[in-house]
Amino acid sequence: MEIAGIFVYLYEQLAATGLPQVWVDLIALVVAGVIVFGFLAVVALILVLWERKVSAQIQQRLGPWYTGWHGWRQTIADAVKLLQKEDITPVTADRPVFFWAPVIAFTACFAVYVCIPFGKDLIVSDLNIGILFILAITTFTVISLLMAGWGSNNKYALLGGMRSAAQVVSYEVPMVVAVLAVIVFAGSLSMVDIVESQAMIYQWYIFRLPFGPIAFIIYIIAATAETNRTPFDIPEAEQELVAGFNVEYSGMKFAMFFLAEFVNMFTVSAIGATLFLGGWQGPFLPSWVWFLIKTFGLVFVFMWFRWTYPRLRVDQLMEFSWKFLLPLAFANLILAGWMKYSGWFNW
Amino acid sequence: MTEGLRTEEFQVNMGPHHPSTHGVCRFILTMDGEVIISAEPVIGYLHRALEKICENRTYVQCIPVMDRFEYCTSMSCNQVFALATEKLAGMEVSERAEYLRVIMLELNRIASHLIWYGTTALDLGALTPFLWAFREREDVLDLFEMTCGQRLTYNYIRIGGVARDIPPEFIPKCMEFLDKFDAKVDDYEAILTENPIFVARNKDIGVLTPEMAVAYGVSGPSLRASGVRHDLRKDDPYSIYDRFKFNIPVRHNGDCLDRYYIRIQEMRESAKIVRQAIEQMPKEGDVTKRISANFKPPKGEVYSRIENSRGEMGVYVQSTGDTKKPLRVKMRGGSYNQLQVMPELVKGHKIADVVAIMASLDIIMPEVDR
Repeated sequence: MEIAGIFVYLYEQLAATGLPQVWVDLIALVVAGVIVFGFLAVVALILVLWERKVSAQIQQRLGPWYTGWHGWRQTIADAVKLLQKEDITPVTADRPVFFWAPVIAFTACFAVYVCIPFGKDLIVSDLNIGILFILAITTFTVISLLMAGWGSNNKYALLGGMRSAAQVVSYEVPMVVAVLAVIVFAGSLSMVDIVESQAMIYQWYIFRLPFGPIAFIIYIIAATAETNRTPFDIPEAEQELVAGFNVEYSGMKFAMFFLAEFVNMFTVSAIGATLFLGGWQGPFLPSWVWFLIKTFGLVFVFMWFRWTYPRLRVDQLMEFSWKFLLPLAFANLILAGWMKYSGWFNW
Repeated sequence: MTEGLRTEEFQVNMGPHHPSTHGVCRFILTMDGEVIISAEPVIGYLHRALEKICENRTYVQCIPVMDRFEYCTSMSCNQVFALATEKLAGMEVSERAEYLRVIMLELNRIASHLIWYGTTALDLGALTPFLWAFREREDVLDLFEMTCGQRLTYNYIRIGGVARDIPPEFIPKCMEFLDKFDAKVDDYEAILTENPIFVARNKDIGVLTPEMAVAYGVSGPSLRASGVRHDLRKDDPYSIYDRFKFNIPVRHNGDCLDRYYIRIQEMRESAKIVRQAIEQMPKEGDVTKRISANFKPPKGEVYSRIENSRGEMGVYVQSTGDTKKPLRVKMRGGSYNQLQVMPELVKGHKIADVVAIMASLDIIMPEVDR
């Protein structure tokens, strides 16, 4: 069942009340924002529990078990605990910077969802520069990490913040170039156009040999680095930097970083599903179900990485990005451009 | 452009409460950015004056104190003190007790190496191997528990024998463990040895040359990874180690990866020894020896040493001959020397390598601080 119709109906009802058009649009946007926020909060809660269950399976444990059926209430209990904790600000911290860092992390990861197509016609706003907007907004995370590192006035946090700045900057580049290959082929920056160009399964960009799979792999690697997850979780390498940039954070501020991290993982998976796996396209099931299936599938891949890989060292991470991923991504872009230009592969 | 910039060395205090320093080890790291310029270990946070405590205990009472010397391999600690006392008193140990001792020592070596394996993976950011290793360690601890009721500080190997005979279900359980253990070690290798990231993190990191290793008194697997073939089980056989066929793995690069390989191999070799010991062990026999409350070994001094999972473990005991208590007990643990060589190894490496090197040397703090 498509749910986009419901929103269209509600919008029409609102317009029929006779309010000025500006107010109608404003109310519609606020409602959409609240719905997306609620959806993502629930997703984050599910992901936290799921991550614990996946890790438990890989490590041959049971995971949360005692709080409800298969421990489903565990994340709720954790969230309540974090809400109740005392909010500590170190005396030496730079207070405004320390305060705004989690807020920015939180805001940036939600702003992305303005132009993610959740299903057929199910998008908050179909910007014509959609993917560019997303790539720009996701970079905001690094500012929050730097702020957290600097504002905490703690050596470990500072090192963590510096590392994350270096890391995100170096992985942003191959990621953008890999995504560019898809954009070249789709001929549009709009997320909706990109999805619509992958109507059949052989048109999915992951199956466009040979450039598609390469771009997809580069994207997945760079996205892992973007979300600071193993094997690229260097900014918060707990064995070296205790907890990295969030070492001084507790209570709700920590929860915001934590939530942002999980939403980020969902974000990169959603973008990956949209760009390479045909987004909401799929037979029989409603489009939004397909979108969720593909996105959660990618999320599982990230979790799988995390629980089976050790961590790279910071200089190896840089080398891998600049000396291997980036040249590969550029070669791939040229290949994609040639394939598009020659016109032989436009099935 | 760079003239106006001023870079500054800064100090980072790593430990004593740090997620990867294995207990309460503390380093004062002087760093230039991420690169270590010097590292200064600070020890003593776990000092319990064990040597002094032993001087106020009778010989029999010293055995449980020794348990705390190196709690990952309490069996070895029991054994080394029992050996010293037996040498002093000229005591014989029954055949079956010797075999039981070897079985326990080698199972304990496996358990200790499993801890090392898990924490090494943990220090490098891989969380799963830790729980895999502890899954098998649990089996070993179950075996110990059914034998002596303890899971960490066993107090099992006593002067002149062992505390009590094994229960009848021990042998089948132990064989079951040995049968599956090799496949489990294959699993360990599959998740770490075959992982290119793990190899990249360890290769050519913290190279310990044979000369440096010998000069610093490094022993055990860390020494053998540097190409020095030295294992007390072969070179200075104690107990009945000369009756078993096993290999001593030796590698020649002396880096973290080699130390890793050596320990993985040693786990397999230890399993072989346990298997042989179970096959050769006499089915019957007395394993305990009654020590009188007035036990006084004759005047003399003795140093006994055994090959522990962390190198040479030794104990020096001096007896005056007219008291029930030793006059002096001096303990030697492998970790102390391994910790000593760490500042040399970490120089010029990144902060992330410090934890890799520390994990590969398998330092444990109770043995350093005593």
